[in-house]
Amino acid sequence: MASNSSGGGSSDRQGIAQQRLRIIAGHLRGPVDGDSTILAAECKAQGSNTDVSSEGKTVPRRRQEIMKWNGWGYSDSRFLFNKKGQAEFTGKRYRLSGMIIPGLKDWFEGTFGANLQHKTPPTPLLTNTAVPPATLNEAFVEEVKSTGIPFSHDAEDRVFRAHGHCLHEIFALREGKIGRVPDMVVWPSCHNDVVKIVQLACKHNVCLMPYGGGTSVSSALECPPEETRSIVSLDTSQMNRILWIDEKNLTAHVEAGIVGQDLERLLNESGYCTGHEPDSMEFSSLGGWVATRASGMKKNIYGNIEDLVVHIKMVTPQGVIEKSCQGPRMSTGPDIHHFIMGSEGTLGVVTEVTMKIRPMPEYQKYGSVVFPNFEQGVACLREVAKQRCAPASIRLMDNEQFKFGHALKPQVSSIFTSFLDGLKKFYITKFKGFDPNHLCVATLLFEGNREKVLQHEKQVYDIAAKFGGLAAGEDNGQRGYMLTFVIAYLRDLGMDYYVIGESFETSVPWDRVLDICRNVKARIIRECKDKGVQFPPLSTCRVTQTYDAGACVYFYFAFNYRGLSDPVHVYEQVEHAAREEILANGGSLSHHHGVGKLRKEWMRDTISNVGMGMLKSVKDYVDPNNIFGNRNLL
Amino acid sequence: MTDTYKDSGRAGLEDVDEFVDILEERRRSSDLGYAFRTFNPQPYKGAPSCSTADLNKAVLESQYLSYMAKEIAMETGSSVEEVREEVCGILEEMSQNLQLGFIRMMAYTLSKVFKRLFTSILVNMEGLNMLQQAVQESPVILMPNHRSYMDFLAISYILFTYDIPVPVIAAGIPLAGMKMVGEILRRSGAFFIRRAIGSDKLYWAVLSEYVKTIVRRGFAPVEFYVEGLRSRTLKSLLPKLGMMHMVLEPFFKGEVYDITLVPISISYDRVLEESLLAHELLGVPKPKESTTGLLKATKVLQENYGSMHVNFGRPLSVRQLCHGKINRCQFNLVPRDLPQQPSAEAQACVSWLAHLMVRIQEEGLLISPWSLMACMLLQAPTTVLTEEGLLWHQLTEKTLWLRKLALDFGARLNWPGQVPDSDVISSTVALHCSVVQRKAGRVYLVQENEPLRKCPISPEDGVIRMAAPLLMLASYRNQSMHVFVRPAMLATAIRVTESTQRDELFSFFCFLQDVFSNEFIFIPGKSPQDFEEACVLLKKCGAVNFSQQEVMVLDAGSEVLSFLQALLQPFIDSYQVMFRYLCEEGVHVLSEKQFLPAVRNLATELILSGELCTYEALSSDMQKNVLSALRRLEAVTKLRASEQNEYRVNKAAVRRIGDILSRKIPPQMLQTTPDARL
Repeated sequence: MASNSSGGGSSDRQGIAQQRLRIIAGHLRGPVDGDSTILAAECKAQGSNTDVSSEGKTVPRRRQEIMKWNGWGYSDSRFLFNKKGQAEFTGKRYRLSGMIIPGLKDWFEGTFGANLQHKTPPTPLLTNTAVPPATLNEAFVEEVKSTGIPFSHDAEDRVFRAHGHCLHEIFALREGKIGRVPDMVVWPSCHNDVVKIVQLACKHNVCLMPYGGGTSVSSALECPPEETRSIVSLDTSQMNRILWIDEKNLTAHVEAGIVGQDLERLLNESGYCTGHEPDSMEFSSLGGWVATRASGMKKNIYGNIEDLVVHIKMVTPQGVIEKSCQGPRMSTGPDIHHFIMGSEGTLGVVTEVTMKIRPMPEYQKYGSVVFPNFEQGVACLREVAKQRCAPASIRLMDNEQFKFGHALKPQVSSIFTSFLDGLKKFYITKFKGFDPNHLCVATLLFEGNREKVLQHEKQVYDIAAKFGGLAAGEDNGQRGYMLTFVIAYLRDLGMDYYVIGESFETSVPWDRVLDICRNVKARIIRECKDKGVQFPPLSTCRVTQTYDAGACVYFYFAFNYRGLSDPVHVYEQVEHAAREEILANGGSLSHHHGVGKLRKEWMRDTISNVGMGMLKSVKDYVDPNNIFGNRNLL
Repeated sequence: MTDTYKDSGRAGLEDVDEFVDILEERRRSSDLGYAFRTFNPQPYKGAPSCSTADLNKAVLESQYLSYMAKEIAMETGSSVEEVREEVCGILEEMSQNLQLGFIRMMAYTLSKVFKRLFTSILVNMEGLNMLQQAVQESPVILMPNHRSYMDFLAISYILFTYDIPVPVIAAGIPLAGMKMVGEILRRSGAFFIRRAIGSDKLYWAVLSEYVKTIVRRGFAPVEFYVEGLRSRTLKSLLPKLGMMHMVLEPFFKGEVYDITLVPISISYDRVLEESLLAHELLGVPKPKESTTGLLKATKVLQENYGSMHVNFGRPLSVRQLCHGKINRCQFNLVPRDLPQQPSAEAQACVSWLAHLMVRIQEEGLLISPWSLMACMLLQAPTTVLTEEGLLWHQLTEKTLWLRKLALDFGARLNWPGQVPDSDVISSTVALHCSVVQRKAGRVYLVQENEPLRKCPISPEDGVIRMAAPLLMLASYRNQSMHVFVRPAMLATAIRVTESTQRDELFSFFCFLQDVFSNEFIFIPGKSPQDFEEACVLLKKCGAVNFSQQEVMVLDAGSEVLSFLQALLQPFIDSYQVMFRYLCEEGVHVLSEKQFLPAVRNLATELILSGELCTYEALSSDMQKNVLSALRRLEAVTKLRASEQNEYRVNKAAVRRIGDILSRKIPPQMLQTTPDARL
């Protein structure tokens, strides 16, 4: 995963040994405050830095300084086709950085019918004249100024917070088209700052939209065009400290603006982790996870966000909501955390969260299994779930994704490696008789102590063997996970060459997994044809999580839009149809992306009239004046 | 929605010249070589062929059947093993055993038989090409109409000829009972379904799982007759919905992406079983299907039966057809393997689709000159046909007039183009010499002569003897009824109501549809469109003019209107006779067994007294339809406790329907319940 691979070239085993050493050293040194196991920090005053870890944080106030304003991720990291027509990944941050990916061009051209001659470069710079002028609520601005909380109404700052990463949002930015954007950005640096801002917003009837990592893919960050009040984007990125770590109860109290990679890195320094690793963890924030009911890749060991959270503090227009104790489970009526989790910024701002932490795993091992076809692969995952022996992560890619993953293999340095690859390929396709157009691969990640990992690994491979699965090495497994974080960068590359696409997810009972995969993929292909897409689309899926009663399925869909006058509209129509197909096949509206504004229309059918009424009445009580007016969810 | 499909269903098949005679090749080259040629069809997604054993195993081990077995064991108090054994028994009785060797044998034999019986077997190539494509894309359901035993393997024969996977075919269990033949059919892909399954839960369960498994696997098309039975009257029958539910369920539940329905219209110039059918309708029991019976019937092989047309309709996507008609989310909350009562929405959707398919079958039929002549012959008084004879030139003239009307109404005619019309008519009459004869410029009905009988025939027997050829004629007329029935109902409404007001005509039109929807196929909920169509067609042939409010009869339209009224009259008269019987007799409860002969006697009496002009009231088919219609209209109720189909008659309600039909009282909304035949 991202955090691991950003470590650079050291092998896993070495890396883990080093981490282990660090943990031990940490224990020897003892905590900062003498014999206390609790590390505490007060709300920092402007400019001072007294939190647990003093290392530099990833997210600056002016995010555009290190991140793309019209694409995914860091400005220095991107895919491009070099002068020789070879794909390479720039920068130094990732394992793939600086590498040539020889297979990508052929795959790209072959899959999409794209051509490197046909480019669609983005508008390079944001023209400030394209940004609508800010409607400021002067009284509000004055009072914010007096609190000393930093704010801005600079066009770049505002545009950056006007979008998530839905295709239509990024496409519009690339074209230089800017719609309604927040009128002002504020950067609170602690809970009390947020309390002040919310009070002022209520007082002056200003619309607040909480902004965490900005990785939403549900149109949740889009400003409602009908909003006439001044819209203030509340950027939580400066609330990014671990306030204390409780080693006796294994919990950490963290400010909600911290992004995933910082949280893990800082905890790792103390020998801990949360184990919560959503694919977006480099950029997404703790508050965002809570607000959307996020799910992490390693949920099989650590649980999803709802399992990880012990205590939440949220500031609402009615005041602060929180529980009075940190009991691990309570029977005190409906769990108020469940009003907060998934509220998508409609009720308030999550400011602080107490989360479970775990000692860092001693040992990690990747793995992969090749199956003769997707059906067998799903059957294997189902069996693994049935026996409740799923590794930290187990993901099954279909044949198209297997090929895609293959195309992303970096240039191999030695003839020996390529010879081995050839041999492996020969063994699987010729000797074992797997059809290269049907086989699919499951990637695995084991974690724990070494002995248990090896034992666990054997158990899983034994089950896989029953379904015709062949172990296919650690390398393939690791590359599979690498795909997870570079895929978002790849979309930007596609958009340079007339290819647009996106992923969406669902959760579905086990017995419907195969049917939903087949039907949704077929629907995408059919809809593209009907909507006049000139080239066959990429329509592929993978099973990314297993549960006792079902699985999470991801669909990837991309196509070459040459010849279409309104490609985004076509894209949206196809995605809409695909979602209808998902629902008709017994899939859920969302497993972890949330509803936002993109999927609102299906909420009533999803949770029933009464369910809608319940949520509405909560909203009406908590936020009667719709201060948190992003209009998500309901 | 429907209309667009009807139109597009037609569009590709407009060109009648596309038909190719597949026997021509057979007459030129070796049948043996043909039967043994390489057969390499491309099934759905290259689905691997599925052996009988695999298929039966999959069915047997399905979660659905194990659940049902447990449930039934619990209900009946027997052990699960016993129930499972019963399941095995049912499966064994049911299952097909498709084998290429037998297909080849069948291909060889049928080549011989077909060449002897038919001048030509004409198949539309475009339809076949589309089918070939469709078979590779999703599971295909072949839905032919059923007019003759000859239908049975004809489709398989054609598909074999054109390298398309041969279907597995739903057949009635009596066929399985025939020595040898049953086994041959089984190996040619037939699977056998019991008649009158009724409430046998276990049987339903096995059958539906069997059918659904075949659809899900998609290794071969499924062929079944949506009409359920062979039509005795050559008229389309109301669709049966049981099989339709089974084949559609895999789509509703998302187990397949789509299912393709292919309506197939088979038309015969002359039906092999014509006389058999007429006698069956008159109450002479149908001979039991047996191999010896089949051999005895070989004498029918001596005669010529003209041409057979097989028209493969445009493949229809169930996904597209059902769009907006069914919310598939309704299956989300119960495991799909468990039995689930279909919702009202699902039932309505399936019923609509089944009716639509029958309508498309009808539209794909080719109307023969003989069917047009039958319409005309039946409008002549019986005495003219039997004694005086109908003038030849008069028949020719009227038939040609009707040809024009049929073309105006959009019918597909099978009228040879290069031959003078008079030759067409005389060769048609020659082909049907079992029904009519031409003598000295006149046409006479052929009456059965039974020389063995010595004693003089009673008048009642005379009626029955006369009835046989008349019912045959009626059946051939029925082949084109679907072309005329909507305008005919409007024409009747115009005459009966004597009104020009559109709403008044429409309400009577709807009433007629209500009463006669067991006779003719109307798509549920489509009355306004049917009415509109009737208006447009009558306007097109110059009979009426219409506006938003009014339908005005034109002077030039009297011939068309009186022809159309007369076309529907036998149905109205016959229904009235039966209503009259039900109202007059002292009985309040009657069984079907009593009803049929009693009505036949009454009708015979009325025919002898000259009060009733049509012999069609003697047809058991129409008699049963009246009962069904009255049940549907809730004028007759079936007694639940009764074992032998006993009915209670609500005389007032029956009388009211009769009175509306004869315009003694205006039509009010008749209480109809949605069809729930499963």
